[in-house]
Amino acid sequence: MRVGVVTFPGSNSDVDSMRAVEAVTGRPARSIWHKETSLDGLDVVVLPGGFAHGDYLRAGAMARFSPIVPALERFARAGGPVLGLCNGFQVLTEMHLLPGALVRNAGLRFRSEIVHLRVENASSPFTNAYRDGELVRFPIAHGEGNYVASPETLDRLEGEGRVAFRYVDEAGRPTTGSNPNGSARNIAGILNEACNVLGLMPHPERAADPVLGSGDGRRLFESLLAAVSA
Amino acid sequence: MRARVEVTLKAGIRDPQGHAIERAIANLGYEGVRNVRVGKLITLELTGPREVSERRITELCEKLLANPVVEDFAVLMDERERESPRAGEP
Repeated sequence: MRVGVVTFPGSNSDVDSMRAVEAVTGRPARSIWHKETSLDGLDVVVLPGGFAHGDYLRAGAMARFSPIVPALERFARAGGPVLGLCNGFQVLTEMHLLPGALVRNAGLRFRSEIVHLRVENASSPFTNAYRDGELVRFPIAHGEGNYVASPETLDRLEGEGRVAFRYVDEAGRPTTGSNPNGSARNIAGILNEACNVLGLMPHPERAADPVLGSGDGRRLFESLLAAVSA
Repeated sequence: MRARVEVTLKAGIRDPQGHAIERAIANLGYEGVRNVRVGKLITLELTGPREVSERRITELCEKLLANPVVEDFAVLMDERERESPRAGEP
């Protein structure tokens, strides 16, 4: 599996993503500067976490017009798996590859901690190595992760199984207390209609080795490997 | 001509900053202040005929300056503050 990781000015989780990819696939990931214009030869593209362009104006607002974006749009529309983590999720909503938006955390605080998530759809290319309803622990580190969308969009996401991960407590219940940012319906990650684009606020790439406090994120990359090899 | 663009969160979107300011106002002892909302003010200068500028600024708001999913925008054009054109520009 050949994975490309796009670096914007201000990305900070690109190296973590590349390490997680290499640990799982045994092949180094390709680093792609945002000014490049081709994604030829890649099986998967990762938009990493960070603060692209300083999050000026809105998170993801300027990254959305980077020179790499037209190639990214073509790659996604052709069914190529695109994984947007944290800031990458914000970029994907700004690109309209995913519906809704991510706004300031309801509690105003930047939240940096390990959270519990429930796998809501274990049949996507990003989640096939998990079980439906499984609890996993990923870290979060964001100030603007409050997912908002219209009630119709939310109903559609739920109805079509496009909520991939939800914030839950240790018992797996999506409570207000376990929701770190006020996201609608405790949503942590969503899929596009074709299920080849995932946006996720938590960081599986920072939970890809037990020494980091959790190894649960590793299987997200194993899922991609299985999906691409299939 | 100069334009002022106001970007505000849509009515249904929670504004934690506005809420925090509202609490601070109450803590200062002021009564009767409600619905505090925080937005952005962007000022810019455009050259060219007014109708072209108006079209351009609306397009820019929709594309970049505001996210129509969660934000509204309002544009105020002010021709009086027009600055003299730079050399080489129309």
